[in-house]
Amino acid sequence: MNELPEMIASKSEDTVGDIEIQNYTLNFGPQHPAAHGVLRMVMELDGEIVERIDPHVGLLHRGTEKLIEYKTYLQALPYFDRLDYCSPLGMEHSYVLAIEKLLDLDVPKRAQYLRVMFAELTRICNHMLNIGAHVMDVGAMSPNLWVFELREDCLNFFERASGARMHSAYYRPGGVHQDVPLKLLTDISEWCETRLPKLFGDAMSLVIDNRIFKQRNVDIATVSKEDAIAWGFSGPMIRAAGVAWDIRKSQPYDVYADMDFEIPVGTKGDCYDRFMVRVEEVYQSAKIIQQCIRDIPEGPIASDDRKIVPPKRAEMKSSMESLIHHFKLYTEGFHVPAGEVYVATESPKGEFGVYLVSDGSNKPYRCKIRPTAFSHLQAMDFMSRGHMLSDATAILGAMDIVFGECDR
Amino acid sequence: MGHNAPHIDNPKGAMDALKKALGKNCLNAGLANDEIALTVKPEAIVQVMTVLRDAHEYQQLVEIAGVDYPERALRFEIVYHLLSLTKNHRIRVKISTDEDTPVPTVTDVWPVADWLEREVFDLYGVLFDGHPDLRRILTDYGFKGHPFRKDFPLTGYVEMRYSEEAKRVVYEPVKLAQDFRSFDFMSPWEGADYILPGDEKADEKADEKADEKADEKASDEKTPDAPKAEENPKKASAKKATAKKPVKKPAKKASAHKGAKK
Repeated sequence: MNELPEMIASKSEDTVGDIEIQNYTLNFGPQHPAAHGVLRMVMELDGEIVERIDPHVGLLHRGTEKLIEYKTYLQALPYFDRLDYCSPLGMEHSYVLAIEKLLDLDVPKRAQYLRVMFAELTRICNHMLNIGAHVMDVGAMSPNLWVFELREDCLNFFERASGARMHSAYYRPGGVHQDVPLKLLTDISEWCETRLPKLFGDAMSLVIDNRIFKQRNVDIATVSKEDAIAWGFSGPMIRAAGVAWDIRKSQPYDVYADMDFEIPVGTKGDCYDRFMVRVEEVYQSAKIIQQCIRDIPEGPIASDDRKIVPPKRAEMKSSMESLIHHFKLYTEGFHVPAGEVYVATESPKGEFGVYLVSDGSNKPYRCKIRPTAFSHLQAMDFMSRGHMLSDATAILGAMDIVFGECDR
Repeated sequence: MGHNAPHIDNPKGAMDALKKALGKNCLNAGLANDEIALTVKPEAIVQVMTVLRDAHEYQQLVEIAGVDYPERALRFEIVYHLLSLTKNHRIRVKISTDEDTPVPTVTDVWPVADWLEREVFDLYGVLFDGHPDLRRILTDYGFKGHPFRKDFPLTGYVEMRYSEEAKRVVYEPVKLAQDFRSFDFMSPWEGADYILPGDEKADEKADEKADEKADEKASDEKTPDAPKAEENPKKASAKKATAKKPVKKPAKKASAHKGAKK
């Protein structure tokens, strides 16, 4: 009783501030609702301040690129839906354009319009998920439920066009798989005019001027222009940093050259800017969709090159040649001339690229997928340094990362 | 006007200017499919990248892709994709290496190269000299081998399951209920070169003669380039005879894809 243990005795002269507190390490994920999938982050914390983050990715690695090497070009297409499962058509877009570039294949105008229209619908669909999830990550519940209504509408449109809500496999080398009925186009147009601005506007009115939301996002993880470029940012991430870079404008593909739309840019490069860039992009996408529906011409929806695009079902009933073409395309597939291309499109999350190496056979020799998440998530470390632990979810939410695409 | 892929203008003389700027470090420069590709000396990659970034405005490193060509002496090709935001232009820079020779890291030029190089290391086993943290990134903790090499089987070597007895995940050698089916749909009428069982004996004599020629050709093959479909069937059979294992040749026939193109 009279003797204190030696350890306490020696420290008894220290006051509270003198005691050295050791940093501790925290595992964030892999199963965490704010990790947006399977992300494990090893965080080194000093109290509540983040000192260092080491993201461990690859928990969803499925070897997509290797699998593609064993599939014909057409069989490989559905793998792209499963990369970024929040914006499947955006992924398909890069891949079909890469094949068409190697084949030097022209696509009919109607197919180009359909592709652009559905790519923009995908952008809205993707942003609905991200905006909702981001808002929920920082504490608001109802806007997420509201924007999910809109996401559901988008998925219904995809289903009406392709038969599948998410994994559509709708874009094909040479065009799209099927034509859309007129009613679908008028419904989409009406939706863009009425339901989208109303519901989305309502949901955003709760958030964008909200004091708590701003406190959680403004000035969190600011990224300068220089950093954004050096870290290979793209999409809303680089635009929020103030660089007006959009592949749809600078390197237009399909009919984007004819479209009239604005590129929103941020001023500070913080989480709030990233969020607001996405909000504005939704309205711009709706504008593009309206233009597509207004201008879409009648005509074929796929190239008539029967060595690449299969014939119509009805034709096969009467034409022997069509039957042969169909059989050859679904067994052997088409051959792509030897060579290599890198095709990048503006997916909802940023630059999604496909580096396709062909050896002249019916299967890709190498298909390297450039995910948007790799460069963004890598910057997590320097973006969160010095911020609070609770800010990490806001930073991650504003990055818009999906692990299907990050891990491939 | 053919495809509708992202449109990139190649200014006249852009390739020559780049070639000139890189001088001796540039081994080869080519324009294919409207895209400029430069092959450079691996040991000079840092210098080349610095020149391209600072003097030629290629500000962004977009991607590093590894490609495996097992038939080449330097089997791995590392392909850097650069983007210029100001010139609105893309180029590709390539280097080649083998399993043992490390290539210099470009993490000092672009911080983003960190994970990209880790990925190439993980999937291909290419070593990056001077990389601050060369760990695996995509594969499992404790994974063995480099899965994207062409000689790594698609099914892998191990499979995992949750063991009720051990109360944890266990790894076991992969057992397939059904063999992996890789159908060869190449048309025999369009010049596909099948080796039917027994056929190789008939060719043996011819191959001995061809071997001498093939040795001469081998030096030509080292020039890194896009994988070309073999020009003529004679040379193809000569190569197959020299290869230790008849690994399925990625490039089948020139004539076959010509047929598909019309």
